[in-house]
Amino acid sequence: MKLAAYLARRLGSLVLVLLGMSVIVFLLLRSLPGDPAVMAAGGADATAEAIAKVREEMGLDEPLVVQYTLFVRNLLRGDLGRSIVTRREVLEDLKAFLPATVELAVASVFLACLVGIPMGVLSAVYRGRWLDALFKPLSVFAASMPVYWLGLMAILMFYGLLGWLPAGGRLSAGNVMPVQVTGLFTVDALLTGRPDLLWDALRHLALPAVVLSGISLGNIANLTRATMLEALAEPFIVTARSKGLPEAAVVMRHAFRNITMPVVTVVGLQLGQLMGGVVLTETIFSWPGLGLYAVSALDNFDYPILMVFTLVYSALYAGINILVDLLCALLNPQLSV
Amino acid sequence: MSEADWSAPLPLAARPHAWPWLRARLSAFRAAPQLLSLLFLLLLVAASLAPTLFTAEDPYAVQPLQRLRPPSTAHPFGTDEMGRDLWARIIYGARITLASSLSLIALAVVTGGIVGLVAGSASRRVDELIMRTTDLFLSFPRLILALAVAAALGRGMTNAVLAFAVLWWAQYARVMRSQVLVVREREFVTAAQALGCRRLRLIFRHLLPNCVTPVLVRATLDLGLAILLLSSLSFLGLGVQPPTPDWGAMVAVGRRYLLGYWWYPTFPGLAIFATVLAFNLVGERIKDLLDPRQGLSA
Repeated sequence: MKLAAYLARRLGSLVLVLLGMSVIVFLLLRSLPGDPAVMAAGGADATAEAIAKVREEMGLDEPLVVQYTLFVRNLLRGDLGRSIVTRREVLEDLKAFLPATVELAVASVFLACLVGIPMGVLSAVYRGRWLDALFKPLSVFAASMPVYWLGLMAILMFYGLLGWLPAGGRLSAGNVMPVQVTGLFTVDALLTGRPDLLWDALRHLALPAVVLSGISLGNIANLTRATMLEALAEPFIVTARSKGLPEAAVVMRHAFRNITMPVVTVVGLQLGQLMGGVVLTETIFSWPGLGLYAVSALDNFDYPILMVFTLVYSALYAGINILVDLLCALLNPQLSV
Repeated sequence: MSEADWSAPLPLAARPHAWPWLRARLSAFRAAPQLLSLLFLLLLVAASLAPTLFTAEDPYAVQPLQRLRPPSTAHPFGTDEMGRDLWARIIYGARITLASSLSLIALAVVTGGIVGLVAGSASRRVDELIMRTTDLFLSFPRLILALAVAAALGRGMTNAVLAFAVLWWAQYARVMRSQVLVVREREFVTAAQALGCRRLRLIFRHLLPNCVTPVLVRATLDLGLAILLLSSLSFLGLGVQPPTPDWGAMVAVGRRYLLGYWWYPTFPGLAIFATVLAFNLVGERIKDLLDPRQGLSA
């Protein structure tokens, strides 16, 4: 089985990448300024004995190699350490903050596809006409926009000026999600049959999701347009046209179906690309996800949190990329890698 | 779309254009965005070399009586929470923006170039090792690792540049390596080898000059992204520190005053947007000029 061998090889490389990442992240974050033992023992007031005790407890007096193996062993056990500041388990925090990030990322990629793919297709079909002429400036604009500034401008406009949408958070003050099944508030509201909460959650999701989708919109539309142009120039399109098929069928059934794979690839990759933007968007909209969590840890030099955050994010990123590759391999029986 | 081009099928929309007259008039302005961008960048360079040409105000002068004034003739972009003139601060910020992004790209090009050159001209095993390492660096999300590195190194512009450079070189290494692999098969390399050219001389005198263009094109295209990401780091508080007038940091502080004093975060952000846009437009043009394959989609 070719696919099985391919799968094994990609998973093997994922393990290598994760190991490499863990080394880099470990070394980086061990060199953070500020002694974690001092901070854990209670800051500048801590006595020398207390600091030494904490240092021993945390294994900080061991050589780096030992510390690293300890770090990896704990990671594999699911013990991600505790926050230096709040003493809460990082794993618990991750579980609490991850759903918000997933909800935001999925919503914005969905939006970007909803707009970007038709935009790319239309722009390719009407190549050289006004719609296409509009396309290029729009995609360059999107690529040049600082996402955090776009977020601020959106708040200024839709919250400050018009008052249509809330400025931040996931729900209005006073509204609580009764049961959290998935942690995605929109889904939970649907599951528990609370249309009022669904509306509230959607209103809060709207601005951050639209702002964040701007990052990927241009890339998705660009790639759709480029691959669509290539597909439309293929000989089988001539055949389809000369058979007398209606143009809509030529475009949708013959050309578009042939570009699904590159489009799936770019959409998947966008999910990875989005991650930097997620941190910024969450900061702007006080969206209680992983990004906001990491930025607040940054202010406290809370190194276990940063370490885990960087690792989890990088692993997600690598994982998504590999998933995209696999999806392509599955979609295309011809692909022999 | 020339008329003699029978082989290419006419797409749905390739019918003759409705208003040839208008189109002819408009096409004269097709290069206008690029020209405007070039002009804007020239002004930006001027502002970073001689800010006093553009403003007489001191970007650090605290004026408690002039706090948070809206835009006016005296302060075209208004003033910030310490009464400092925002226009002056943006003008003085140009130097920081250009210096940091250029040094990031330069650092990455040199590092990546050397790595790619070594990988391309070394034995297969060394090449494999280097490229796997490069792949590892490419598989990190950029802003996220830069956050971690900048946190480790401490705040400040130099550290922010280093934080991105840690990952940024990898893509140039790839471009450089693939270029070396192509060029080293060419006849003049064989000729140089036959003439007894020494290895180092071969690499630096024959391979390097013939491989560097694609890397530089790529680097030009990346300048906008470098500004964008560096300013993001500043916005998160890890880049340039106040009171230095940095655009990203100004947006970060101005964010607290967004609803009452809209001009404060708006204008520094607009400066970032305009600069990145200008770099992207000029970069695209350079790419189109150097890569004839792209001519079709223009």
